[in-house]
Amino acid sequence: MNLAEGVQIVSLGILGVLMLASALGVVLLSNIVYSAFLLAMVFASISGLYVLLNAGFVAAAQILVYVGAVNILILFGIMLVNKREDFKPVSNAWIGKIATAAVCAGLFTLLSSMVLATSWQLSTAAPAGEAAIEVIGQHFFSDFLLPFELASVLLLMALVGAIILARREYVPDDEPADQQKVLTLRERPRELVAAGSDTQES
Amino acid sequence: MQLEYFLILAAALFCIGIYGLVSSRNVIRVLMSIELMLNAVNLNLMAFSNYLDPAEIKGQVFAVFVITIAAAEAAVGLAIVLSIYRNRDTVDMEQFNLLKW
Repeated sequence: MNLAEGVQIVSLGILGVLMLASALGVVLLSNIVYSAFLLAMVFASISGLYVLLNAGFVAAAQILVYVGAVNILILFGIMLVNKREDFKPVSNAWIGKIATAAVCAGLFTLLSSMVLATSWQLSTAAPAGEAAIEVIGQHFFSDFLLPFELASVLLLMALVGAIILARREYVPDDEPADQQKVLTLRERPRELVAAGSDTQES
Repeated sequence: MQLEYFLILAAALFCIGIYGLVSSRNVIRVLMSIELMLNAVNLNLMAFSNYLDPAEIKGQVFAVFVITIAAAEAAVGLAIVLSIYRNRDTVDMEQFNLLKW
């Protein structure tokens, strides 16, 4: 990045504050739709931090995969599971929350003191800069070839597994015995809900 | 000096993710917290790759792998949430006692 030092510090501060504030909103807000939209803001500011770290390709991949796919998937999940239920209060829930907050604060103190105490050996090699995407491609097709191919197999498995898990299972109660040969994923027929009647259930 | 800033930001994001993972009761919010933690790890990897290994950027390669795994995890996790919701008719973590006895 050909930015001055002060510009980098200022944009790092703005993006960091934006990221942490939206992450706190994701965790603490009570309406889950607000949480999902704030999650998109967290992902976008992390993408900006990647641009500050000279990684344009991964910043673009972050926007495409996280904001474009994962966040939309989560929004669809919220839409499909839109049950507005009031959770039954658990007795002494505040003890768990306070204990969790204490553990997280302790972990953060530990990690940040470790980060500040370590003397990092910063490299002085010339950065890859604009040629980073070529370097990443060469890594993918030489020394990281096996994980790359395994990742494609894993994505296929996740695709098939998500379809199998989320479909409505077929219960063969009145199935004729001679129609077993058709290779289809049979689903239980959906209960037809008249339009406009979903306000009573939700 | 900037490396420490990025690492501290990533540590804070990771701790927020852990807090949300443990303390929230909605299943979808738990999935969002897992995404936050994965992003914190990615931020660490990218910071190390820029400041400690800028010529051969292996950290970025690992970050791309982590993004791939996170996408697969989100898809399967949401499918599991939908399946449990269809069986149990709730999204409350406290009522999922399927592996408890």
